[in-house]
Amino acid sequence: MEALIQQVVAGLANGGIYASMGLALVMIYQSTHHINFAQGEMAMFSTFIAWALLQAGWPYWGAFGATVLISFAGGLAIQRIILKPVEKAPVLTNVIVFIGLLVIFNSLAGWIFDHTIKPFPSPFPKFTGAGKLISGHDLGSIAVMLVVLALLYSFLRFTPAGLAMRAAAQNPESARLVGIRVSWMLGVGWGLSAAIGAVAGMMVAPVVYLDPNMMGGILLYGFAAALLGGIDNPWGAVIGGFIVGVLENLLGAYVIGTELKLTVALVLIVTILTIKPNGLFGKAVVTRV
Amino acid sequence: MARLLEVRGLTAFYGETQALFGIDFDLEEGGITALLGANGAGKTTTLRALCGAVKMRGSVRFADQAIEGRATEDIARMGVAHVPDGRGTFSALTVEENLKLGAYTRRDRAGVAADMKRMYARFPRLKERRAQQAGTLSGGEQQMLAISRALMLRPRLLLLDEPSFGLAPLMVGEIFAILGEINREEGVSMLLVEQNASLALELAGHAYLLETGAIALSGPSAALRRDETVRKAYLGY
Ligand SMILES: Nc1ncnc2c1ncn2[C@@H]1O[C@H](COP(=O)(O)OP(=O)(O)O)[C@@H](O)[C@H]1O
Ligand SMILES: [Mg+2]
Repeated sequence: MEALIQQVVAGLANGGIYASMGLALVMIYQSTHHINFAQGEMAMFSTFIAWALLQAGWPYWGAFGATVLISFAGGLAIQRIILKPVEKAPVLTNVIVFIGLLVIFNSLAGWIFDHTIKPFPSPFPKFTGAGKLISGHDLGSIAVMLVVLALLYSFLRFTPAGLAMRAAAQNPESARLVGIRVSWMLGVGWGLSAAIGAVAGMMVAPVVYLDPNMMGGILLYGFAAALLGGIDNPWGAVIGGFIVGVLENLLGAYVIGTELKLTVALVLIVTILTIKPNGLFGKAVVTRV
Repeated sequence: MARLLEVRGLTAFYGETQALFGIDFDLEEGGITALLGANGAGKTTTLRALCGAVKMRGSVRFADQAIEGRATEDIARMGVAHVPDGRGTFSALTVEENLKLGAYTRRDRAGVAADMKRMYARFPRLKERRAQQAGTLSGGEQQMLAISRALMLRPRLLLLDEPSFGLAPLMVGEIFAILGEINREEGVSMLLVEQNASLALELAGHAYLLETGAIALSGPSAALRRDETVRKAYLGY
């Protein structure tokens, strides 16, 4: 029983990471209908920035906050400079740009920080009560992810800028007619995605260690989370992330063993795409004409 | 009266296809001007061209400023509100959120709150449904919402694309009566696009008739109503 609880908590911790990556993907997908394949590499690069700041002697939370801000600015800049010119271009052009970004970030990280695997600190105490069964980092990571989700939710739900972002994603033509600068909203969406990815990267790095290929598998899980929840539904992606995380851990521990865990994600993606293409919480807008 | 809108030699294109062939028209401040024409004549395209939402050439002056070539959102910020073809409702957002979005560019919070109240007073049905997803409203309610949302901008010019489309006659009467009221009481100028010519000629003081992307006829509404060709082709008597 205790082992089961431990597996579930660890699953929720991973799930929070997948939920965040899924959310980052959905934020961009909603307004552009593109999957940003570079999302994982961007998160990895952000984590390297945090690592460099820590190496320079910054306190953990100072480096954390700075990394989030730098990532937001970086995401915004990428959209303004690289994506905006291809906004109206065919899907394939965008896919090529995304893959280009992926390769660039990956090689840039390898070139600047080299390919050796680096430890990355956790800001949380190593163990907490409950017979030392549950890791402090898992609990802390879940808490951080919940705070990020709550902040994002509040921003989208309760602020005028958040409302404008939702409007721009739903109906860009009408959004322009009420004076919303839609293209800038896409930029802010990229900034937010990059910032969320940065948090996910910093939370997962103490577990998987830091190297340029750290996020490859994790983005795949994030993608599975987004598909499971419904690629056009941010909160579906969050729930999807937690489901995938727990499922992965339980299957890994009791059914198929850890080697096949990534395969589970792939099988999940394919299964969802075949059975329920809109995901569990996909589009539920009622329209009457 | 001052001239609010002056359009000269307006052409518009969808890719290589030309939809407007050099249109001239004016709109007086405080008035209602109708743009009539059969389906496919280019009425919607004209409104889109004014808002910079379609590739266009020619000159468009609004309140003595050239607005051709400007971004749609900048034209909206100058005080041109557009109730588009198909109403353009944010269907997954609530009625209240739709209204808030209409006032997105305004910074006078108190004024926005007061205007929201006035919209609800004018359209009590919207008030009842304020927390409902806009997509669940009936066609008439959605049209009311689209008009209210446009008015939340406090526009100087309101562009209306077939507000009668798809609505029951009773609802059409109600909406046109309210449009007249808004024009008289608040002095909002309107460019009214309609296929339903008799309805539009009653509300508007001046009208232009569009045929395959060019102005075929124009004049005061009373004159157009008496015109032989208009009566036969568009009024049906
Ligand atoms: N999105 C579009 N792409 C290509 N052609 C279009 C498009 N919209 C309208 N058209 C063409 O432009 C002409 C004018 O259309 P429109 O302005 O919608 O007419 P109206 O509003 O008077 O019914 C028509 O011939 C129509 O087929
Ligand atoms: Mg039309």
